Amino acid sequence: MKPATLPQAFAILLRRDLTLAYRRRSEIINPLLFFVLVTAMFPLGVGADPALLRDIGPGIIWVAALLAALLSLETVFRSDFDDGSLEQLLLSPHPLSVLMIAKVLAHWLVTGLPLLIVAPLLSILLHLSDDAMHTLLITLALGTPVLSLVGAIGVALTVGLRKGGTILSILVMPLYVPVLIFAASAVANSDAGLPVNAHLSLLAALLVLATSLSPAATAASLRISMS
Amino acid sequence: MNHTYTAATLEARDIACIRDDRTLFDKLSFTLEAGQAVLVEGRNGSGKTSLLRILCGIRQPDEGTIHWNGGDIYRLATGYNAATAWVGHKDGIKLELSAEENLVFARSLGTPSGLEISDALEAMELGGFDDVIAINLSAGQKRRLALARLLVTRSPLWILDEPFTSLDTHGISLIENMINIHLADGGMLAVTSHHPVGLDSADITRINLSE
Repeated sequence: MKPATLPQAFAILLRRDLTLAYRRRSEIINPLLFFVLVTAMFPLGVGADPALLRDIGPGIIWVAALLAALLSLETVFRSDFDDGSLEQLLLSPHPLSVLMIAKVLAHWLVTGLPLLIVAPLLSILLHLSDDAMHTLLITLALGTPVLSLVGAIGVALTVGLRKGGTILSILVMPLYVPVLIFAASAVANSDAGLPVNAHLSLLAALLVLATSLSPAATAASLRISMS
Repeated sequence: MNHTYTAATLEARDIACIRDDRTLFDKLSFTLEAGQAVLVEGRNGSGKTSLLRILCGIRQPDEGTIHWNGGDIYRLATGYNAATAWVGHKDGIKLELSAEENLVFARSLGTPSGLEISDALEAMELGGFDDVIAINLSAGQKRRLALARLLVTRSPLWILDEPFTSLDTHGISLIENMINIHLADGGMLAVTSHHPVGLDSADITRINLSE
């Protein structure tokens, strides 16, 4: 028999991770619940003044998305590291960086995509205009994959450490800042009726950059962590 | 399992392993050819696992090189990975997946041997456990599932770290039998074990890291 081709191995790994995510649903629900709860608490905390909520809404949603992403990051490699599956991945005859794309894609599908689905509800809660809601969805679609891709590098570097969580936040948060700035100000601009093309182009550029560089960096970081 | 492997050579040249400023071993050289086994012995903490992790390429030796058919394994990289199978301390199976799903995944990460998954489970006396989620298996059964990976993929070099952990005497003889067939086929083996390994082959290199 011939060895599995790379696309087959990619598909099998993606399916495995999605199956695993489905079988431990509570792990996925947690970041999503966090995202919804944090956003929903703000009107209670700062008062239900529509003008105020419209001003701070884009920032709130994006900060919550950022923290939700950070909360879910460790699940990318933690269980694979604990049960030894990561060693098997490392020793497969397939290029590790391509397998990393499958892992990050699976992570985004179960943690990033759900944020996009609930975001319209949250933008209604924060009195954002229809235009702003539209822009919010585009920024989430462009931005959350960047969070997963960049986060994966950080997790790969810290997975071998006993208490990697704190270092992970410190390592990854500064890299999330550009996404936060461009995404939140795009939504705010759109609410004020200003053009947002420049912001969206920059977010798209960040996504392209992260997609092309992160898999190789993640693979290299994992090799360092495991040795 | 009627296949024979093409002849290959694994050669360690003056390898050393240093951990936390402590030299576990140095100037270690050996050659492993088709049908031969290397048995790594030594006390706890003498570097047995480190040596095996170096041999499969997870860890780099602090000095020296390892060659597969004359080529440095770090140059060969994924080409070398295709020739090796590793079962370490950790079973490397996903507890939320069934026995069959685990082996389907393992097979996609190597060269399939052509052996059906149900037959591999049968050979490991896990027949009928195909759909059982691995978390419901006993420790010994999990270990046998991990070792079943060796049957569904076709790798000339098996690197096994304490393969007999949590196996009963029957399970141990099962694995010994599997290893002996592998060696008779022209396969190669690097193994650490606290239990004596019952190998038919006379071609065994013993490396004691405590001496």
